[in-house]
Amino acid sequence: MASLNAPPRDGLALECRAVTYRLPSGAPLVSGLNLQVKSGETLVLLGRSGSGKTTTLKLINRLLEPTEGEIFITGRAGSAWDPIELRRGIGYVIQDAGLFPHWSVERNVALVPHLERWPEERVRARVTEMLELVGLPPGQFATRRPSELSGGQKQRVGVARALAADPPILLMDEPFGALDPVTRADLQKEFRALASRLHKTIVFVTHDVREALYLGTRIALLTEGRLVGTYSPAEFLKAAEPEARAFAASLHVGAGTGEVR
Amino acid sequence: MNWYDFFLRNHSEVFERSVEHVVLVAASMAIALAIGLPVGVALVRRLTLQRWVLGAANVVQTIPSLALFGFLIPVPWIGGVGASTAIVALALYALLPILRNTCTGIAGVDPAVVESARGMGMTPRQVLWQVQLPLAAPVMLAGIRVATVISIGVTTIAAAIGAGGLGVFIFRGVAMVNNQVILAGAIPAALLAVVADFGLGALQRSVAKR
Repeated sequence: MASLNAPPRDGLALECRAVTYRLPSGAPLVSGLNLQVKSGETLVLLGRSGSGKTTTLKLINRLLEPTEGEIFITGRAGSAWDPIELRRGIGYVIQDAGLFPHWSVERNVALVPHLERWPEERVRARVTEMLELVGLPPGQFATRRPSELSGGQKQRVGVARALAADPPILLMDEPFGALDPVTRADLQKEFRALASRLHKTIVFVTHDVREALYLGTRIALLTEGRLVGTYSPAEFLKAAEPEARAFAASLHVGAGTGEVR
Repeated sequence: MNWYDFFLRNHSEVFERSVEHVVLVAASMAIALAIGLPVGVALVRRLTLQRWVLGAANVVQTIPSLALFGFLIPVPWIGGVGASTAIVALALYALLPILRNTCTGIAGVDPAVVESARGMGMTPRQVLWQVQLPLAAPVMLAGIRVATVISIGVTTIAAAIGAGGLGVFIFRGVAMVNNQVILAGAIPAALLAVVADFGLGALQRSVAKR
């Protein structure tokens, strides 16, 4: 079995080649998507609701299968991976965190290490390490239930859980979307620091252009299931495509109420 | 003579009939659970089939119990007069609440939780056993509780086809036009129902808290 941890030869952690995903009704959610994600970068998938961002993420970890085309993960075709093994090697964080409400924080974070049958001592050490990493003192939080956490704390646990088995790739689906603006800003700041320290390949879905500019090393803009283009944050602000300009213009709505970053 | 005197004088038969009653309920519930839980789980994502199966179970529920007992008597293998026919009929009655609550309980689990479970690399079996069933347990137990209480009530009618149980007193009392005899069956049956309802309710609450 190939390992996700093997360094990709061409430096590409992920590559979508002409990927199309259609609903059984035939309606395409993603059309002819070509996308490359370099190892260690944070690629933000930016787009309006229904632009195919979340679908693209689910195609990467095979929660959905492409109708046409192929996704390569560390150079190996997605369909050649065992989906369960693939998902255990790809961290996944979603908007409502999706923590198991009947498990303690500790057990939630230990999920993938347990699935991978790590020895108990190693799991415990890793959980402590992860909780500290996301700024939740283990002594205070390890035994709590998700219902005893704030939205921001839940999301921190979600990140800790996704990172627990040290996956080289991390998929994040609007992880900070449901948080209040102050908490969101805190988490964005911490997450940016974390991302630059951990050297993970991150695909981050958002419809918040500020978040995209702040967190992304590159931005892939989607509209109606199609890729408009990929840009560095600086390029994005100067891009000529109408959809990019629409997003850039949305930055100035309510200008004077705060700064962009 | 009031019913209590009758009860004391006939306590050994009341006890015997109570045991018969509990055995009928337990046997029929065991069959209903053995069928209802796995079928309910299998139906969660098959919505069309689920509608048909729940519809059929619903129809069974609308057949008057005495008629259902009667219908089953001529059926080969399971039919005839006696406890086995009654157990089959009672299991059919208990099926609907168990099936329905298994389906709605599992369907009601937060989709974000199930999606993250799958996305983190749990196998379908692990998602079912470690996530969906524990989270659906309170709703499923509510169905089992309803089924048990109904079953304790309906079992009194099983005496009509010779299955025994506390209904024996009720039918005898009706034939004798003797309220004391009726109450000697009805009161223990009601007590059984209350105890079962209370016990399963407590279990349900403790599971919900976990």
